[in-house]
Order: sequence, then C-alpha cells, then structure tokens
Amino acid sequence: MMYEEVTSGSRTRRTLSGAASVLFELKIDGPLVVGLALIAAFGLVVLYSASGQSTATVVRTALRLLLGTIAMLLLARVNPNFLRRSTPWMYALGCLLLLIVVAIGHVGMGAQRWLNFGLFRFQPSELMKLAVPMMCAWYLHERPLPPGWTSLALLSVLILLPVGLVAIQPDLGTAALIAIAGTLVIILAGLRARVMVAFVALAAVGAWFGWSFMHDYQRKRVLMFLNPQADPLGAGYHIIQSQIAIGSGGVFGKGWMNGSQAQLEFLPERSTDFIFAVIGEEFGLLGLLLLLLLYMFVVGRAIYLATQTQDTFARLLAGSLALTFFVYVFINAGMVTGLLPVVGVPLPLVSYGGSSVVTLLAGFGILMALYSRRKLIGS
Amino acid sequence: MPAVRIKDHWREQRLFDQRSVVCAAIMAVATVGLIVRLFVLQVARHEYYAELSQGNRVRNEPIPAARGLILDRHGEVIAGNQPAYQLELVPEEVPEMHQTLTRLVQLDLIRAEDVDELERTIDSSRRFDSVPIRLRMSDEDVARFAVRRFEFPGLDIKTRQTRWYPNAELAVHALGYVGAISEQDLKHIDRAAYAGTSLIGKLGVESAYEHELHGSNGFREVLVNASGRSVERQGAFVPNLRTRAPGAGEDLLLSIDLKVQRTAEAALAGHRGAVVALDPNNGDVIALVSLPGFDPTMFGRGITASEYGVLQSDIDHPLFNRALRGTYPPGSTVKPVIALAGLTYHVVDPQAHRYCAGAFHLPGSSRVFHEYHNEHHGSVDLDDAIARSCDIYFYGLADVLGVDRIATFMAPFGFGSGTGIDISGEKPGILPSRQWKAKAFSRPADQVWFPGETVNFGIGQGYLTVTPLQLAHYASIIATRGKIWRPRLVAAYRDPRSGQIRRVPAVSGGEVTGIAPEDWQRVVHGMIGVTTRGTAAASGAHAAYTFAGKTGTAQVFSVAQNEKYNAKLISERLRDHSWFIAFAPADEPRIALAVLQENGGAGASAAAPIARKVLDAYLLGADGKLKPQT
Repeated sequence: MMYEEVTSGSRTRRTLSGAASVLFELKIDGPLVVGLALIAAFGLVVLYSASGQSTATVVRTALRLLLGTIAMLLLARVNPNFLRRSTPWMYALGCLLLLIVVAIGHVGMGAQRWLNFGLFRFQPSELMKLAVPMMCAWYLHERPLPPGWTSLALLSVLILLPVGLVAIQPDLGTAALIAIAGTLVIILAGLRARVMVAFVALAAVGAWFGWSFMHDYQRKRVLMFLNPQADPLGAGYHIIQSQIAIGSGGVFGKGWMNGSQAQLEFLPERSTDFIFAVIGEEFGLLGLLLLLLLYMFVVGRAIYLATQTQDTFARLLAGSLALTFFVYVFINAGMVTGLLPVVGVPLPLVSYGGSSVVTLLAGFGILMALYSRRKLIGS
Repeated sequence: MPAVRIKDHWREQRLFDQRSVVCAAIMAVATVGLIVRLFVLQVARHEYYAELSQGNRVRNEPIPAARGLILDRHGEVIAGNQPAYQLELVPEEVPEMHQTLTRLVQLDLIRAEDVDELERTIDSSRRFDSVPIRLRMSDEDVARFAVRRFEFPGLDIKTRQTRWYPNAELAVHALGYVGAISEQDLKHIDRAAYAGTSLIGKLGVESAYEHELHGSNGFREVLVNASGRSVERQGAFVPNLRTRAPGAGEDLLLSIDLKVQRTAEAALAGHRGAVVALDPNNGDVIALVSLPGFDPTMFGRGITASEYGVLQSDIDHPLFNRALRGTYPPGSTVKPVIALAGLTYHVVDPQAHRYCAGAFHLPGSSRVFHEYHNEHHGSVDLDDAIARSCDIYFYGLADVLGVDRIATFMAPFGFGSGTGIDISGEKPGILPSRQWKAKAFSRPADQVWFPGETVNFGIGQGYLTVTPLQLAHYASIIATRGKIWRPRLVAAYRDPRSGQIRRVPAVSGGEVTGIAPEDWQRVVHGMIGVTTRGTAAASGAHAAYTFAGKTGTAQVFSVAQNEKYNAKLISERLRDHSWFIAFAPADEPRIALAVLQENGGAGASAAAPIARKVLDAYLLGADGKLKPQT
C-alpha cells in the first residue's frame, strides 16, 4: 500500500481519496478513463440515432466496449518488462496469422480479413496495430538514439512486412494505420529531419508505384477525393452526402434522431465510418466541437503520460499509441468532411462494429501500464 | 573503426520531449484546420447544404386535377371522367420481370405483342415507381387477377381517373379525344403542369380547350429516403409537409345539341360524309358530324398499334375529319352566291328568261357544256334557275361575270379561307382566281386562266373546293342576309365547384356589304323554291316551316366531253358527292346547315333528306310543330 488510508476529512473528500486509491490499485489513470468514458457514452447516444433506433446495435457496441474495458484493465496490470520481452513473440504470431488470412483469402477468392474461431471472429490486422509499434519500440529500446541507417532499414522491414500483408487483403485503411503507428515510433525516437525529407520523397515515388497496383475501387476513391462532384451518384456519393449532412446541421444541429440525411439513409455507412457526419447533422458544430475537445483531452493526457515514462520502450510505445489515436480521429474526420480521401477508418470509440474498439482500449491499457510502473523501471 | 555510440538516457528523454512538443503542435494545427473546415461547412455554407438536404428528403408528388367535363347545350355529358382499374407494377419488387409478363399474357391480362414495348417502358422507369401496364381493366379482368395476386409480387390494381365518353363515337370529330402525351406535345407544354397525368387532349375541343380543361395540378410533399421510396417518419420525427389541393379543370358547355347530333349521325349512318349545322345568329355549332368516326375511349386507355393500324388503313378513313378537313367541289350549292354576284354587279335581270336546251356553247370556243343528266329546263328566270338548278343559266351568268368578279364577290362568304372555328385543323379550301392559278401551277401553259374554267366555276365545279363547315358557314351568311359569325363549339364555361356559368360571347366576323336587301330576298326566294317546287321538293314536302335550301352535286370523276355520266356503270367510289345546304325558317333563320354525303350521287336524292331530318330535329317540338323562338 503506497498511500495512507484517509480516515479524516469530509465525506466527499473521503470518497475521492477512496476512488483514487482504487484507481491506483487498478493501475488506471483517472482523467484518461473519464475522457474515454465520455467519448464512449456520447458515441452510444449517437449510435442509437445513427443505427435507426436499433437497441440491438447499441447493446452490441456496449458489449464490445465492455470487452475493451476488460482488456484495458487486464493490460494495465501487466508488468511492462514482461510486455517488452513478449513483444517479438506477439509480432511473430501476428505475422503468422496474417499469412494464414492471406492464404485463406487466396483460396476463398476475394477480400478476407477475418479468422473465424467459431465462437468469435478475429482480425489479425487489429493485433498488428499494437504489435508493430511495440516491435519498433522493442527494437529501439537498447539502441542509441536517434537510430542509424542500419536500424532504419531493419525497422522498415519490420513495418512493411505486416503492412504489405494487410494491404493485399486488401485493407488499405488499416495498412496505412499500422504503417503510421510504426513510423511514429521512429519519429519519436528522434529520426533526423533530413531523413524524413528523404522518406517523403521516397513515399512520393512509392505512391506512384502503388497506384499501378491498386484495385479499381481504391483508385476510384483517390480520384473521387480529388473531384467528388465528377461522379455524384457513384464513387463521390459518400463524400457529397456526408458534407450535406454536416453542412445542413449548422451550428446547433437538427436534433437527436432528427437528421434527415442520416435517418432517411442518404448518408451511407451512417453508423460506421460516417458517424462523424451524423453528429455534425444532429448536434451541429457545437456537438462536433465537444467531441473534438474530448478527443484532444484524451490525446493530450496520453502524451503527457508518455512523457512521464522513463525508459525508451515505454516512451516510444506510449507516444506512438497517443499519436495514433489522434491520427485515427483526424483521418476519419478529414475523410467525412472531404479534406482527405475516403479510406475505411472508423471514428475511434464511436463508430459501430469491428474489433477496433477492443484494440484501442487495449492500447490505452498498455499505455497506463507503462505509466503506472514508471518508478519501478530503470531504478 | 566506427565510433561506438552509447545510449544517453537524458539526451534521449530530451529528444523525445522535443518531438512530443512538435507533434502536439502539428496536431493542434491539424485540429484547427479541421475546425475551419467544419466552420465552412456548418456556418459559411450552411444555407446551401440545408437546401440540398431539404431537396434530398422531400419529393413533390403531383396530384392531377380532375379534367373538366364536356357537356352539350342541354347539360348532357359528352365527355366525363370515370375511375378505371389499371394494373400497375413496381419494377424493383418484381423478381422475374420477363416471366411475370409472360404469365400475364397467359392470363390474357396483357397482349403478347405489347410485351416488348412494356419491357422498354419498365426499363426506362425508376425502379420504385409504379408503372401502369394495363389500363381500363374490366371487372372480369380485375377478378381474374385478384385470385392470383399472390403469384405476382410487385403488381397491384390501382384506380385512376380516366376520360370517359359515354356516347362512344358520337360527335367524336368535334370533341377530339385524350391520348398519351407525345414527344410533340412535350415541346409546347409545361412539363410540371403535366406531372402526374399521362394524357392530353388531342384534336377537337379536347385539344383546343386543353388549358381550361386541364386545371392546375396540386401537390403533396412526400418524405423520401435515399432510394426515393416514400416513408412516414424521419428517425423519430414526422416533419411538417405541405399539400396543395388541385384546381379542377373547367367544365365546357358546348353549343352542340346532342339530339340534333344524334339525328344527323343516324341519318348519315352507313355512309361517308359530314353534317355541319350552325346557329346563324351567333355562330353556335349545333351539330358537327363526320362519318365514319371512331371510339375516342380507346386512345385514352392506350390504343394498341394494331388497333391504330386498323383505323389508319381503313378505306373509309374514320380518323379523317371530313367536316373540317375534307375539301370537295361545292357543285350547285354556289349558285345562290353567283346569283347574288350577278344581281349586285347588275349583269342579270332577275325577270329575264333564258332558254335552257341542255347545252351551253361557250362564245368563241368549240366547247359544249352540258346540263346535269342532260335535262332541259326550257325557259327559266333567276328564281327558276336556282330552284331547279339550271346549269345553262349559270354557265352564261358566270361567263358574263368573269372569274375576277366572281372570286372577289365570293371571298367575303368565306370561300378560300378558314371560318375561324374554335377548334384547330380546318382547311381553307380553294377559291380559284387568275392570281391563284398563276401561283398554283408550275408549267406556264397551266398558269393561264381559260374562259371555260369560269363557266365551270359558275356551277361550283373545277378548282373551287370547300369544306362542309365552310358551306354551312356560307349558308348561315345567306340566312342572316350577310351577318358573319365565327363558328364556335364552346358556348360557356362552368366552374366545377360553384356551378357558375360564364358565357363565351359570340364573335362577329363582320358583314357582307353592298348587297341590296331585295337581291338577298330574290336569292332566298329561289332557295325556298328549291324545297317547294325545285330539286329538293321531295325533301321539303309537308315541312312545318318554310326553309331555303340548295342542292349540289360534286363531280369526283371527270366525264369526257362526249360521254354521259351513268351512276350505275361506275364504281361507288367514283360516284358524285351529294351536297345540300339549307337554313330554316327561311324568313327568321334559327339553323343553317350543310350536308355532304360522299359518293351519294345527286344532292337532292342523298343529302337533302338528311338535312330535312336535322332541321326537324332542331326546330320541331315533341308535338311535331315548330318550337317557339326562345
């Protein structure tokens, strides 16, 4: 027991202190949990409307949130050193599962992202969202920073292998997110500016190269991003309708369950990738600002926690997890508002479906574990 | 040997902190960018997007207005509306389109030859819009479908207002009909006003008064979802939607008297021809007959190609409006106006007698013009010449008058120009003159007017052609001694709600001037003679009123100089057309008419008896006596 039991003071004070000690026991960061809970609660309220008043959808999402919370609580209690040591194994397992998925997909013809375990379906790419930054942090943990050329080359391989496997599923959105999570670790490790410039140049070449390997529907998405009005009923439909939804919401919104774009299904994928537009339509600019505020609070708190950790693995991993969370939010909001191309990235903790909720909360669990044991490491 | 780098924890911590700050700054910029974007969408361009969203969710569904009724002068319905059952199909709800249509053919609900056309229509419609595939189902059809409805998902029987002509063919050429809106119609109508209706007036009153009959569409705002299907709620809310009731079209009161119309059609039945009866005092069309006719209902319910083909290729041309568009030589019916010309130009002494020996030698020419049927009228004055229709008398009169004076004199009587009737399609006929001939022919040799042509002109043969309507109009001008009224079918409008009647004022076409009253009287006297002692004396016998008339026989087949016309020897189609014009009572005319029976032979034998029946129907009361003037 690190803290003295508080036995005196007001009842409120006693309750707060009691809660603090419980949180400490659970290795949980209070402000972060409150932020996440508020986002999730807001998300459930919106989801009820966005799903067309489907209680079943809300319950399923709540169950997933519960599952994610359990994962978060469990991971928060794991010793970071154990986490670090098991990282290569996790990474290897993830790659193996991805290979299996690709193999099955090849046989089954067509897109394949899932492994069916009978009781539940598991998406190995979700695991890689955590395993790749962990692997990068693990690799850099004992090496001097900023990383040298050899390290960069090796890290590139570590990142690109799973990214490639996910991309050929094909799931470009997740592949991009995994690559970003890994890259963020390297950047946080102190990647030199000139190297970054070189990589951007390389990426430009890669983009051109990638274009020639893209599926038609993927190319269409890119083209549509550049000019959505060109094909208003086809590929551009999503973006046009989501902008109409957000724009017609105005400052105060049309009211909960009263967004015509969402309720009359003009807005496609209203409860999943485009739920941000539903918030914009029904809760207006104020609703979106509130949501962004909550996200910023969570990201800010996560970065703060990352800076408080004391070893390289913890810092890089925690920082990457925090930044990745922001990237999710930004890519989703950017795509729905027409700033970015449409890639299948859900709005974290709000969008319905997928195992991303569990992965996200698990990531925050790891982050809390890294933070709560800061004093035990390296001392 | 490369320098071995040693891990410097403090430096790495500092580096991480710097990077974190930079990343936080980048995130802040990105967030601000996002908020700016939201501001643009939700504040700056809010109106624009709000409008788009409104356009998305609300569809205006037109409510077609009830088409105005068409009534005769006594208020009997000639064209009305009737709910009709029709089979409609929603493409997206039909699993197997072709199979479904085939099955409907087997049930005799649609025709096999229509399947291709229907499939095209269905393909070009929206998937969720109801497409009518069979209109005007009989009760039996409805029952046959109803028991098998479960076999046909996506098909349903709907009730729609359709045009209904209770008297079928009666007066069809005056009425016109309603039919499917054609590409041609689309060019000159306001599409919005016709949303929700697939029919538009064609020909006759239905077309000419389309605007009044059509009324104004109402609309109903309907909440639609993204697939265009109408829904009741939007999420948890039912938005406020507007509705505007349609404004029913105005009812039309025709000047037509259905009793007279029926009598005329019955009298002419079995023949090709036309009857036009006018009220000479205001231009009211009392009857307008063109036979054969057709049932206008079939156009409203959707005429099939084969039905239309039958109408088109019918040798009797039932679609052809003879009353307005059939042009025929008027024959001897022009004699009264020639006589008037002679009197007015003082080239004839009404008392002077001429001797008719059955032939006329044109001065300065070897041509001989014969009397019809080679009759010999003996000594005739003007009165006799009209009453007994002496060609020889008028050959000479025309020759003296000359073509220029005849043409100039006849023009005000409506020859060569339309009467201005309030429905479209009438032909002007031809009033020949030197100028006309110079223009009408291309060979210089044909452009010269020959004196022999003037002689023929005098008995209404040759180039002169008229429509039955024009001749009726001409008869009514003589009846009123020169008053011209524009013929009109629609006498009044009736507001369908209040029942208030708005009369259409008669339109004067001016007056024929310069003719002395005693000259009018002489000619009218001659025309009374026609029905009392002249060519149509048989038709005029025992009339309860005196009436003036004139027979006419229009040549279809040119008889060569030395041949004689023998009706029995030539085919029915080449026989002469039979004309009769009349007005009654002669001194106080209430009705003027023209009767044409194609290939009926002499005017006296075919057309005149029909005219008598029509006059009786209009003028006599149930007691068989002349009705008092109203």
